[in-house]
Amino acid sequence: MMQVRWGLWIIIGIAAGLFGLFAYQLSQPKVEFVQSAMVGQMMPAFDLPPASGSRPGLSSADLADGTPKLLNVFASWCIPCASEAPQLEALERAGARIVAVAIRDRPEDVDRFLSIYGNPFTRIGRDDISEVQLSIGSSGVPETFVIDGQGRITHQHIGDIRPEHVADLLRELEEAGA
Amino acid sequence: MIAEIGLVALWLAAALAALQFIGALAGVRNGEADLAALVRPAASLQAALCGIAFVALLWVFAITDLSVKLVASNSHSLKPMIFKLSGAWGNHEGSMLLWITVMAVAGGAIALLERRLPEKTMLATLGSQAFVGLGFYAFLLLSSNPFERLAETPVEGNGLNPLLQDVGLAFHPPTLYIGYVGLSVAFSFAVGALLTRQVTPEFAKVMRPWVLGSWIFLTIGITAGSYWAYYELGWGGWWFWDPVENASLMPWLAATALLHSASVLAARDALRTWTIMLGVIAFSMSMLGTFLVRSGILTSVHAFAVDPERGSFILGLLVLYIGGALAVFALRAGTVSEGKRFALLSREGALVVNNIALSAILGIVLLGTLYPLLTEAFDVRVSVGPPYFNPVGAIFFLPMLLVLIVGPLLRWRSDKAARIKLPVLIALAAGLAVLVLAALLSEITILPLLGLALSIAVGIASFMPLRGRSLRRLPLAVWGMVFAHLGVAVALFGMSADSAFQQERLVAIAIGDVTQVGPWQARLNSVTPVAGPNWTAMQANLTVQHGETGERAANPQSRSFWSPATETSEVALITRWNGQLYVAVGNQAADGRWQLRLWWKPFVTWIWYGGLIIAFGGTLALIGRLTTDLRRRAAVRKGAERRVDAAELQA
Repeated sequence: MMQVRWGLWIIIGIAAGLFGLFAYQLSQPKVEFVQSAMVGQMMPAFDLPPASGSRPGLSSADLADGTPKLLNVFASWCIPCASEAPQLEALERAGARIVAVAIRDRPEDVDRFLSIYGNPFTRIGRDDISEVQLSIGSSGVPETFVIDGQGRITHQHIGDIRPEHVADLLRELEEAGA
Repeated sequence: MIAEIGLVALWLAAALAALQFIGALAGVRNGEADLAALVRPAASLQAALCGIAFVALLWVFAITDLSVKLVASNSHSLKPMIFKLSGAWGNHEGSMLLWITVMAVAGGAIALLERRLPEKTMLATLGSQAFVGLGFYAFLLLSSNPFERLAETPVEGNGLNPLLQDVGLAFHPPTLYIGYVGLSVAFSFAVGALLTRQVTPEFAKVMRPWVLGSWIFLTIGITAGSYWAYYELGWGGWWFWDPVENASLMPWLAATALLHSASVLAARDALRTWTIMLGVIAFSMSMLGTFLVRSGILTSVHAFAVDPERGSFILGLLVLYIGGALAVFALRAGTVSEGKRFALLSREGALVVNNIALSAILGIVLLGTLYPLLTEAFDVRVSVGPPYFNPVGAIFFLPMLLVLIVGPLLRWRSDKAARIKLPVLIALAAGLAVLVLAALLSEITILPLLGLALSIAVGIASFMPLRGRSLRRLPLAVWGMVFAHLGVAVALFGMSADSAFQQERLVAIAIGDVTQVGPWQARLNSVTPVAGPNWTAMQANLTVQHGETGERAANPQSRSFWSPATETSEVALITRWNGQLYVAVGNQAADGRWQLRLWWKPFVTWIWYGGLIIAFGGTLALIGRLTTDLRRRAAVRKGAERRVDAAELQA
């Protein structure tokens, strides 16, 4: 019988451990997003054609020209992308340089989107197969990356930019050397 | 007014549960007969009051009383009546009310009908039932009151998650819940028997119908849930090893083990502590399942049910009941002797192997489900999927099936291998023939290959217990076992055939184009917008043809619901006896072509037929056990009457 008792106390121990784990995990803030493993890494090499008639395309060389930038990953078919437009404009007015990659989009749709919601971008690359998006570890639209002057990713913002995020992004840009 | 009646009924029921608990405690500990006499009536009345509360909730949903917060946030006046009613339990508060109602009704039934066990054990059982119930009453009344009113009545309700607007799904959660709650009754019996040290064959017989009943409901619930995920999620799979699916599978595994070990205890007075342990584990798994689903602690396709704060409450209950039961078990198990001995080659021996295998699979599923939670604590995010569950589970599942071929043929206590050689060899030879044929004729991987062979062997073996017996005199319980085991074979055949031979096609085609998948041809005739009561959809109109047979229409849709705004995929399923063609429509590509996904899934429907056959077998066994009980009860009563008559004659 002693052996049985031992086994039982082990089960109780495991159960207690599980309860503790549950309690710990419940108290942790739930992170629903997948953080990119590319933060802190150099941008991979790429060269995208223009996604809109109004702006040139985007290549990795454009991101290593010495000025830190925001890289906005968006799509005309994405509703949160439209809702973050005023914040992007605010960032642009505050002096941020913003480039963009349009994901799985058509030029005429991009043009229409920009004509409605404004165009704060200096360059817009066309990424029809999510090639660049996936290579920088972005799992959805919209996402915004902070790239320092050498082409290194220093920060990732997942989801739409809300008004309260503008200051954070400006600070991140500053830390990246703007 | 109706809502207030429901709320009052619920509070009264909670008060009665408290009375039931105190009465039972006083009765068991101090032998106070007056208080103990209140326990059974309290349980019965509590069942009636919960019934009233649940009907009140159905009522406010039926008339869409938007002043009730729950109705306003989950229903909509335009919804069809069936979904208004199912909306009553398609949300957290309502489903908790359903849970407690089923539990109270089960408690009432025991209190009214069950007289076979010693009264002290019954008191302890009803006491633990009340103790479990009290936690849920507290949860319901203090943190998730279903009858809460809004200060201002809104003009319209918020609708219901469109994924849940589906007849099959309307009955999926309640089915599982009845299964979970049935296990709570088994748990109460186990705790009652343990507290009063009455772990007897009689206890196993009393508990068994409850385990069997909840096992039937769990089987149906899992089968239906699997079919729902298959046609509603539009990914073509039927089991995703998703945490919530696992949450329903784990109690089922434990209940299956409990069912078999309770049979050993009932027939042979062996495996006493093991049966009690399984009773505790089965209910623990139900609670854990509820916790995982409701707390959102794991990411899942069922994220609509999530609420972390409620998770803490359920965790509290989990710790209280499971921790408490395990502690009682650890303290008391030493005083329960292990029971009768038996030879390895015997019915009991086979059932022990079955129990070990089921428990091992349960452990594997539990580990795989909780592993991401563990690594997340160390900031590593992983997801555990089929590459882990399938092979590791198979290590125990496949040997268990081998034992399933042999076990039902064995006699209790001890048997000789020579006696059962012939039927076992027939089954194994058939399985081996299929194995060799399939391996030679097609290129299939090892697991589906073994699955196919074993499904044939088990299918044949499942009928072997009928050999040499009078079919008309065979007890229903044996028929039940035959069908349940046959169902396992049928389901396994479907799983193996589908994974071995399914063919998939992902194409972008223009109107008028033809594509092929397996033996099917499909032509896209047009894509038209269609509208339903609360959704609009793009519907692809296809003509499909199997070989040279007649043409049939397939109309998959990509639906957009507008309240709340969500998109779902309505797949088109073309069923033949030997499988299903599965068609889903995706988005329109830039050049005007449409994305179509087509699967030919041979024998996939057999998975769910198998599940239903298993449940049917369980139902036969349940009816068989209950009628035997009733007959015996009548005989006992007659015997007692005769004794009274005889006594009067003498006097």
